[in-house]
Amino acid sequence: MKTLNIALTGLNNIDSPGPGVPVARALRAGGLKHVRIIGLAYDNLEPGLYMHDLIDRSYQIPYPSAGSEALFNRLKAIHDIEAIDVVIPNFDAELHNFMRISDRLKSELGIHSFLPDHDSFEMRQKSVLAEWGEKLGIKVPTTKPAFSWSEARQMASELGYPLMVKGKYYDAFTAHDADQAAAYFYKLSAKWGLPVLLQQIVKGTEVNVTALGDGTGGCIGAVPMRKMYITDKGKAWAGITLQDDRLLEIARTAINGSRWRGGCELEFIKTHDDQYYLIEMNPRFPAWVYLAVGSGQNHPEALVRLALGESVGPMTRYEVGKMFVRYSYDQIVDLKEYEHINTHGWL
Amino acid sequence: MLPYERPIITRYNPGITNKFGSRVDYFPFTQIDGVPVKRIIDEYGSPCFVLSERTIRDTYRNALRAFSTRYPKVQFAWSYKTNYLNAVCQVFHQEGAWAEVVSMFEYQKALQNGVSGDQILFNGPDKTADDLRTALHNNSLIHIDHFDELYLLSEIVREGGKKARVAIRINMDTGVYPQWDRFGFNYENETAWEAVQKIMGQPNMILTGLHCHIGTYMLSTRAYHLAATKLAQLALKIKSQYGHRIAYIDIGGGFASGNTLKGSYLQGSDVIPTMDDYAEAITTALLGSGIPTTELPYLYLEAGRALIDDAGYLLGSVVAIKRLSDGRRATIMDFGVNLLFTSFWYDHRITPAQEFSRHTEDMVVYGPLCMNIDVVRENISLPLLNRGDQVVVHRVGAYNMTQWMQFISMRPNVVMIDREGGVHLIRERETVDTLNQQERTPAHLRANPQQ
Amino acid sequence: MKVNKNIAISESGFIFNPGTGDSFSTNAMGQEIIRMLNEGKTREEITDFILSRYEVEKGILEKDLGDYFFMLGTYHIVQNG
Ligand SMILES: Cc1ncc(COP(=O)(O)O)c(C=O)c1O
Repeated sequence: MKTLNIALTGLNNIDSPGPGVPVARALRAGGLKHVRIIGLAYDNLEPGLYMHDLIDRSYQIPYPSAGSEALFNRLKAIHDIEAIDVVIPNFDAELHNFMRISDRLKSELGIHSFLPDHDSFEMRQKSVLAEWGEKLGIKVPTTKPAFSWSEARQMASELGYPLMVKGKYYDAFTAHDADQAAAYFYKLSAKWGLPVLLQQIVKGTEVNVTALGDGTGGCIGAVPMRKMYITDKGKAWAGITLQDDRLLEIARTAINGSRWRGGCELEFIKTHDDQYYLIEMNPRFPAWVYLAVGSGQNHPEALVRLALGESVGPMTRYEVGKMFVRYSYDQIVDLKEYEHINTHGWL
Repeated sequence: MLPYERPIITRYNPGITNKFGSRVDYFPFTQIDGVPVKRIIDEYGSPCFVLSERTIRDTYRNALRAFSTRYPKVQFAWSYKTNYLNAVCQVFHQEGAWAEVVSMFEYQKALQNGVSGDQILFNGPDKTADDLRTALHNNSLIHIDHFDELYLLSEIVREGGKKARVAIRINMDTGVYPQWDRFGFNYENETAWEAVQKIMGQPNMILTGLHCHIGTYMLSTRAYHLAATKLAQLALKIKSQYGHRIAYIDIGGGFASGNTLKGSYLQGSDVIPTMDDYAEAITTALLGSGIPTTELPYLYLEAGRALIDDAGYLLGSVVAIKRLSDGRRATIMDFGVNLLFTSFWYDHRITPAQEFSRHTEDMVVYGPLCMNIDVVRENISLPLLNRGDQVVVHRVGAYNMTQWMQFISMRPNVVMIDREGGVHLIRERETVDTLNQQERTPAHLRANPQQ
Repeated sequence: MKVNKNIAISESGFIFNPGTGDSFSTNAMGQEIIRMLNEGKTREEITDFILSRYEVEKGILEKDLGDYFFMLGTYHIVQNG
């Protein structure tokens, strides 16, 4: 019997979790037959490596900084053993390389993927999000890229304090005055390079949407959620699905406007006068994607079907008021396993 | 006897990757265009620069194709400063490139390489009166950088005879930081327009072109689109105010090569735009600028690094391996920043030239100079290297063979591999005589006063 | 030089130090050296053995061994004496 071999990354189910483990769970829960899951890990302590009920076998892959060629070669070697059918990358930082080699993966190795194209990936980058939002009529907090502190100080006084100071790729801090802003500016520019982004603070409730786009403008599924409890890393520890048609409408507009292909997470602030501001669009499923499954929409399964070329109709129903409550769990691991992944590169 | 590999031990650190995580190269790099690296080193010594004629031609043809399939009138001018070894220049000239120079010395080189004077673009802020006279005499295209040069040239053309064919270099805001506003005339504050007016008022100067060079290793094609749009706008304005047609727009160089910038998270070759991307951005700007199709100006390009970086290799050997006081491994090579000036801003890829095992070590790669800044790679994971092992440094064709330093050691041989695999020495290694030839020691300071 | 008590080394070259919780990897040559240390061989005996079987010059081997023993000491895998 032919198995469906699905490789995925993001097995770091730690305090700031990657979505790989929930995606694997979703694939097991869905209607796909004979699924075999192959984990792809960067670090030898990614918890998913050791979850043998969920992940059939794992391999280490080179860090994104090693380049797309190294990634391709490693995937090719793994493919020779595992005959991968579909690959699902789950990290922001690796997507660029996966997008770059996706055509070759398909044509040379027959590995399917379902990724955004370069243009849609770029249009949601933080530094241009506001511009893009304006085109689609989606509100985005005023965001300004600053290339020097003197420029930043000028912009900050126009925006007014407090404001958000954000790194080019990751990290965000609230600055209450110029001294704090300066400190964050230097910290973020050292870590992520220039520009550093200054963003107006919009007050309200954070609401998020996990969604799947078909690449032609269609939205295959979308489920909105409000975080009920947030960790000190800003991650949702518990959340609940919402009924919010306006929010879903905006999410569909974003998916449509970007011709988004694949999974994504849209982060919004809903103000007290019911305005929605798009804060970020993450180019992959969120770590809470299993809530969508639990409330009736299996986005990872749909993604696999789309990747394989099956036609998948839009999912519009989901259960409102479903919750997720995350927990942590200490796996017991034999040293032999740690040794194995380290010395052989697979487990 | 069994093959020996030096014993190593490495600690696993959570979060720090092992060989599966950090490895970039899985295979040794044993030959260039079919010629064994080992053979080149045996014959020409180590270190040694190697240029692939095939790669130069392929890269050039690809660039020409990218632009000329999109735009009817395209002309490349080889940017001499990038690599002015005559053999290299001649490959470009054979392919049809003109010359772009920034000094009289480069200008003379171009003439001696057989480039006709009217196919030399003369850039740069430092042209002397004599330089300008020579350029004027040869009908070269003089790219004026500042008002002082403009005044100087206007005096010279008054001396009589020829009309000067000139362009102005223009700097502008293209959304790129830092803005290279120290060269040329600024677009936004109308200084460029002022320069245009002055030139149009000079009967002995013909405003032939508009030039810009917005920066180097530019990752944004949008910046080029903006630059081309602004220059086209200016050309239109000149047309409407003076009825004068600009013959060419020179968009400069600055296209990125596949090298990885220091501190960049992703590999250079994964993030740089392709030649087609650059061409698309520039040519759509010109074609969509409103200039009538019949009056489209020539598009001149002065790409440097993007045309030559990939064709250059530096071969070298391991001088020693060491352990630093903090336990880090250090490898000392027989080449350093004296030859590899670009290691100040690139993380150059280095590949061993002989078989290696699956084990790797993290290390610092140093050059052989007795100075602390002589660091080729601050942190690289490479297979186990031993004294005498040979390595290949990739993408070193641009700026190294012109900015190399004659410090502590002399410059090594440079060879070119032709398309049939023939190896030619194109620049002979320097010796102590090369240096001494230029020196004059007063008699009373000579070791042997008879000399 | 003595390998510390309870240091476990597997066939794949994985070394675990139960005293510190650290783990390491070593290559085949390193494994062979640790094996000989465990057998109580002296540095001279190890040098002679490797020279008799492997293609390596004495000077280079001595330098490499010096470095290897230094690292074993740094990682608390061996004790001098
Ligand atoms: C005027 C001019 N044109 C062209 C170049 C070539 O630049 P690149 O090697 O970045 O293409 C330079 C380089 O400094 C330049 O100054």
